[in-house]
Amino acid sequence: MSKTQKAPGGVRSKGLTDYLNDENVRAVIYQIVAIALVILAGWYLVSNTLANLERQNISTGYGFLNLEASFGISESMIDYTPQSNYATALMVGFLNTVKVAFLGIILCTIIGTIFGVARLSSNWIVRKLATVYVETFRNIPVLLQLFFWYAIIPNAFPAARNAFQPLPDVLLTNRGMYIPVPVADNAYDFMGIAAIIAFIVIYFINKWATKRLDATGQPFPIVWASLGIFFGLVLIAYLIGGAPTAMDIPALKGFNIQGGYNISPEFMSVLIGLTIYTSTYVAEVVRSGIQAVPTGQWEAAESLGLKRSIALRKIILPQSMRVAIPPLTNQYLNLTKNSSLAVAVGYPDLVSVSNTTMNQTGQAIEAISIYMAVYLGLSLTTSLFMNWFNKKMALVER
Amino acid sequence: MKMKTILAAGAMSVAAIAANNAHAGAALDGIKAKGFVQCGVNTGLPGFSAANAEGKWEGLDVDVCRAVAAALLGDAEKVQYTPMTAAQRFTALQSGEIDILSRNTTWTLTRDAKLGLTFGGVNYYDGQGFLVPKALGVSHATELDGATVCVEPGTTTELNLADYFRAKGMSFEPVVIENINETTAAFFAGRCDVYTTDASGLASVRQTMAPNPDDYVILPEIISKEPLGPAVAQGDDQWADLVRWSLMAMVEAEELGVNSGNVDDMKKSENPAIQRLLGVSPGMGEALGVDEEWAYRIIKQVGNYGESYKSNVTAKLGLERGLNALWTDGGLQYAIPVR
Ligand SMILES: N[C@@H](CCC(=O)N[C@@H](CS)C(=O)NCC(=O)O)C(=O)O
Repeated sequence: MSKTQKAPGGVRSKGLTDYLNDENVRAVIYQIVAIALVILAGWYLVSNTLANLERQNISTGYGFLNLEASFGISESMIDYTPQSNYATALMVGFLNTVKVAFLGIILCTIIGTIFGVARLSSNWIVRKLATVYVETFRNIPVLLQLFFWYAIIPNAFPAARNAFQPLPDVLLTNRGMYIPVPVADNAYDFMGIAAIIAFIVIYFINKWATKRLDATGQPFPIVWASLGIFFGLVLIAYLIGGAPTAMDIPALKGFNIQGGYNISPEFMSVLIGLTIYTSTYVAEVVRSGIQAVPTGQWEAAESLGLKRSIALRKIILPQSMRVAIPPLTNQYLNLTKNSSLAVAVGYPDLVSVSNTTMNQTGQAIEAISIYMAVYLGLSLTTSLFMNWFNKKMALVER
Repeated sequence: MKMKTILAAGAMSVAAIAANNAHAGAALDGIKAKGFVQCGVNTGLPGFSAANAEGKWEGLDVDVCRAVAAALLGDAEKVQYTPMTAAQRFTALQSGEIDILSRNTTWTLTRDAKLGLTFGGVNYYDGQGFLVPKALGVSHATELDGATVCVEPGTTTELNLADYFRAKGMSFEPVVIENINETTAAFFAGRCDVYTTDASGLASVRQTMAPNPDDYVILPEIISKEPLGPAVAQGDDQWADLVRWSLMAMVEAEELGVNSGNVDDMKKSENPAIQRLLGVSPGMGEALGVDEEWAYRIIKQVGNYGESYKSNVTAKLGLERGLNALWTDGGLQYAIPVR
């Protein structure tokens, strides 16, 4: 698309002004200037920062990661004591972030889909209730919602001494929920391996079944077969492992409930807050996705004699997915990023641990650089996964 | 492409703002030029720094900032306050968001040497303690094995806590929340068995935030040394000196019996130490780079250390002088000679 102007008459040789008036040349010049400015600005900021740190005698570098952290962290998925180093502390924070984001994404998808469908229900009450839910929780800032849940949970439940038992051996207290868990045993490792094997077997059977369906039109009861394989294999592993039955049952000991698995009020507040807030956006995405499917599809399904619920599950939802996935990805990213608000209610996520670390070591820039990189990594992973999923769901022309 | 250019230009101007001049005395000159001291204080710890009913900041820590403003700018009211949590404070100081941090901050080696701070002395000698509900039935810290403890992040408190339990071979479960209101609310709701911080902070929390102060006790054990004092960023020694000597002047005034009521009369005193302090015999102000009335204004407008302590710490929290009595009365407050 070259638009180089010919000099009138084509005789005059090109002068400097001709070059400067040439759009292509100008474009190149602009780009160079822009890049130069960006580099200059970056260099200016970096050198200034270094000069300031130097002047104030603030040490730099990542060496602090090996020093003993010396502070306690309330919950951790890996072994951590105050004697562990800062790198381990940050790892604890990272895993806590992943835990709450992962569970939050799954739960908000389920809840959001239910409310999104409910908003289109033909039942007036259901429709209105869903609308109230969405409009309320969507319009209150998520930080306030976290504070709200964190104010409710420790106040709503009894002290450890008079714990409330909704189910046998499940204790609800103002220190969180305690549930019994099996005592660690080799059998559970076997079961994990069996589960992985089951998934692989199921994957291949699924492939084979689809092929057969395409080729011969014969359906295969894939759901039942999969469930059978999964539970069968896991059960066999359990029996081979000696069928252990010992349970770690929570009970009051000293000041606190000891034993079992504790779901802390901080974790609950963050999970509930993020899930509910994000589920309202998911609901809207699902609703608009469904509405984007032409009504002709409903009518066609109806004329085939399909029930409304089957039509929704088999015809409408799969098509609306295609519209919904990109905005859904955005919501997942938002949830992950919003999880950094956990610091406000004392859940030890990555930001919380990083804040403490930078405060104890003074390495603010290093600590921030670590968590920025991690959030970027998490977001990119989520995006990549969702892009892959999107491609898979996209309309395949046959 | 145009966008990029604009962005780049934007980044440049941000950089220009972010830039700090690096000549000596820059902080001091900057404060003089803007006409007020930007002072980082606690978000609300009555007795040390808290806004009163009229929104005016008051407390022992606040008085340090007021003293510095009186010395440098001639008016103790020329201070602007930035309330900050423990976790925010050092970054704020390092980045120049505040000129001075006067917020129950413990002087430690790491903070002094590694965080690029300079401490200007100790305006309150403290130690860490434990606050528990009476109903817990605990009378000593050694009975706290297995307890859940509420604590704030980025403090010496959380480090001492871990050290103490480790040394005693006991276990604990921390609940770490950044904001004092959230932390104390969690404690009073029963989320934790114990709330721990500096003993002065415990007294303040118990007196001013507990639903019923009598339901809570402070355990007798003090598990650490917490010398609290004002801090500034390294890089301008002249500014650091002014902060240090403003605090010293308050203590020296108490030692010499000079207070806000008698300071005008004291100008006629024959005592050479008083004459030097009040600028009657000149030299001290010049050495600090301010005028000779610097200490006179501190005492006149803010009061001496004892007055500040009495009207803030004793009046609000009922705490006696204890470690913070003058050395002549068996305490640790000891002014370095003003000469
Ligand atoms: N002196 C200790 C602790 C100071 C501290 O931050 N204490 C808490 C508990 S009293 C506080 O003042 N919090 C008030 C806030 O976060 O606004 C230190 O310097 O690390």
